[in-house]
Amino acid sequence: MHKIIVCLKRVVDYNVRIRVKPDGSGVITEGLKMSINPFDEIALEEALRIREQGAVDEIIAVSIGPDDCQQQLRTALAMGADRAILVQTGTELEPLGAARSLLKIVEREQPELVLLGKQAIDDDCSQTGQMLAALWGRPQATFASKVEIRDQSVRVTREVDAGLEVIEVDLPAVITTDLRLNEPRYVKLPDIMKAKKKPIETLPLESLGADTAVKLRTLRHETPAPRGKGIMVKDVAELIGALRERGLSA
Amino acid sequence: MTRILVIAEHDGQHVQQSTARCLNCAVQIEAAGADVVVFAAADSTAAVEASKLSGVKRVLLVAQKEKAGSLAAVLAPQIVALAADYDCILAPSTTFGRDLLPRVAALLGLAQVTDIMAVIGPRSFKRPIYAGNAIVTVEVPEGQQVIGTVRSASFKPVGNGAEAPIEPVSVSAALPTHTRFIELQSGSSDRPDLQSAKIVLSGGRGLGSADNFKQLYALADRMGAAVGASRAAVDAGFVPNEMQVGQTGKIIAPDFYLAFGISGAIQHLTGIKDAGTIVAINKDAEAPIFEVADIGLVGDLFEAIKEISEQLR
Ligand SMILES: Cc1cc2nc3c(=O)[nH]c(=O)nc-3n(C[C@H](O)[C@H](O)[C@H](O)COP(=O)(O)OP(=O)(O)OC[C@H]3O[C@@H](n4cnc5c(N)ncnc54)[C@H](O)[C@@H]3O)c2cc1C
Ligand SMILES: Cc1cc2nc3c(=O)[nH]c(=O)nc-3n(C[C@H](O)[C@H](O)[C@H](O)COP(=O)(O)OP(=O)(O)OC[C@H]3O[C@@H](n4cnc5c(N)ncnc54)[C@H](O)[C@@H]3O)c2cc1C
Repeated sequence: MHKIIVCLKRVVDYNVRIRVKPDGSGVITEGLKMSINPFDEIALEEALRIREQGAVDEIIAVSIGPDDCQQQLRTALAMGADRAILVQTGTELEPLGAARSLLKIVEREQPELVLLGKQAIDDDCSQTGQMLAALWGRPQATFASKVEIRDQSVRVTREVDAGLEVIEVDLPAVITTDLRLNEPRYVKLPDIMKAKKKPIETLPLESLGADTAVKLRTLRHETPAPRGKGIMVKDVAELIGALRERGLSA
Repeated sequence: MTRILVIAEHDGQHVQQSTARCLNCAVQIEAAGADVVVFAAADSTAAVEASKLSGVKRVLLVAQKEKAGSLAAVLAPQIVALAADYDCILAPSTTFGRDLLPRVAALLGLAQVTDIMAVIGPRSFKRPIYAGNAIVTVEVPEGQQVIGTVRSASFKPVGNGAEAPIEPVSVSAALPTHTRFIELQSGSSDRPDLQSAKIVLSGGRGLGSADNFKQLYALADRMGAAVGASRAAVDAGFVPNEMQVGQTGKIIAPDFYLAFGISGAIQHLTGIKDAGTIVAINKDAEAPIFEVADIGLVGDLFEAIKEISEQLR
């Protein structure tokens, strides 16, 4: 393979507990720690391992978002991506808009493989990879927990509700990653220094010519209703009593 | 009237309960009910099962040639061919629906509403974001088809109703050969299904080993319960992946959820928010799971398992 594109989204770090704005117009993200979406870090790690097997020449990290995404792209370069593309926009995209924009990059770069996370942990949409595959007219292998590159195809083990599904897809293809695919490497200081010399190309979203018009209307955000306060019991006898009171018949 | 198409999820023989839950959502959007499409072998019993579910107007049976599993790349163009007759297309938000429906939406040039958890109106829905830490209400503008996946834990399954007619339909769509089903590996068990069980016993890192999980299985069998796990337990190799509960595992809503040796990470709690009663058994009184538990017991989980088995005798 010549190229793999890895799509990285900048999201609020998974350890941060977000809060809804008092007026319900969104969630407060200002000043919060931001990171690469954890699934995307796994996607990048997988690309790096494929390169280490000698199965690909170049890895390109792509992010759509504000200028601040450069931080996450720098991390990706430090992890080992060869170059990065930032599609600049200040507005929020829906997955379809993100997929249409990514398709423009894919058409330009002609990768054999595109790796994305199975979901972004902020909006939890779990759509972008599938949409990109559809628009590109290529196979998709979602929720991957094992990826084996063959000659003209990839064999992917997918984490599905019933267990593990194995499918084979012809290249070029889109793969979305699940958590157990790999454990991403830590970035070392010399790599961070080296990454400073690697190029980040920036493209204004409008220059791609993709239709990113927003299709859904967001009416309001709210905090989920909290569960009522529970009780503490001192032993198993009391526990079973409390369960029976609530209708447990086992 | 909203014309709704529900995409049935089945395992070749049986319709999954996720389909019955999805139908409940459909009926809340349109009381007159919905059509259900079943992609299966012509002699599959899945279509017959689907036809008995309450709220089904008719079952469209689209015969599939080979046992292609449920490949999104193969199903999506067939759904697109049926889409013009509908205002709304729904699928369960299981790995089946999550894989398939975005592909359909993109081919139709439409946005998808993922994880519908409540129906506000025929075009407006609530869905969780940030692992359920915020709920957003979204509206699909007039004139646009609604494409949505339905969060199973938020809707009770419909029961059986009057039998609906089954209509074999053929669709003309070019089907790709670039995607091939190889096999499904599942740790089949006789225990109830995690996503439809009334009682779920769940184990975390605190269980310590695959061997220790056997104590939980034994208790589950005695109680007629399903068994789930935290990601830490799956990652450690104690149990297979299909048992994982949480943001990136299964979202479940049993009547009773008993967590043994699970600390209560936010990603885990996302998976059990809709459970009726949450019980936490943990030796650490400070464990965050006690903040959401309805009943908490501080103590050793192995002793608790033993005593519960004895006292239920
Ligand atoms: C009206 C409106 C209001 C919104 N409000 C908010 C808000 O308040 N806060 C908020 O965070 N979002 C908001 N969004 C949504 C937001 O812009 C999402 O990023 C977008 O819908 C993609 O969804 P997702 O990230 O869940 O995608 P998923 O489909 O879950 O993402 C899967 C994968 O796709 C890739 N990917 C997705 N997006 C990008 C990207 N930008 N760059 C590179 N790769 C990417 C990644 O590999 C990711 O792992 C809003 C959207 C709309 C339309
Ligand atoms: C993007 C992302 C997605 C994730 N998705 C999920 C998900 O879907 N599901 C999920 O579960 N996690 C998920 N996680 C992981 C999550 O953050 C936690 O790491 C995980 O849930 C911890 O599992 P645990 O509670 O079993 O382990 P720990 O946090 O290690 O807790 C073990 C608990 O067992 C108790 N214990 C130990 N021994 C005993 C004993 N003998 N008796 C009683 N108590 C005992 C301890 O006091 C402790 O509280 C995700 C993480 C990320 C970053």
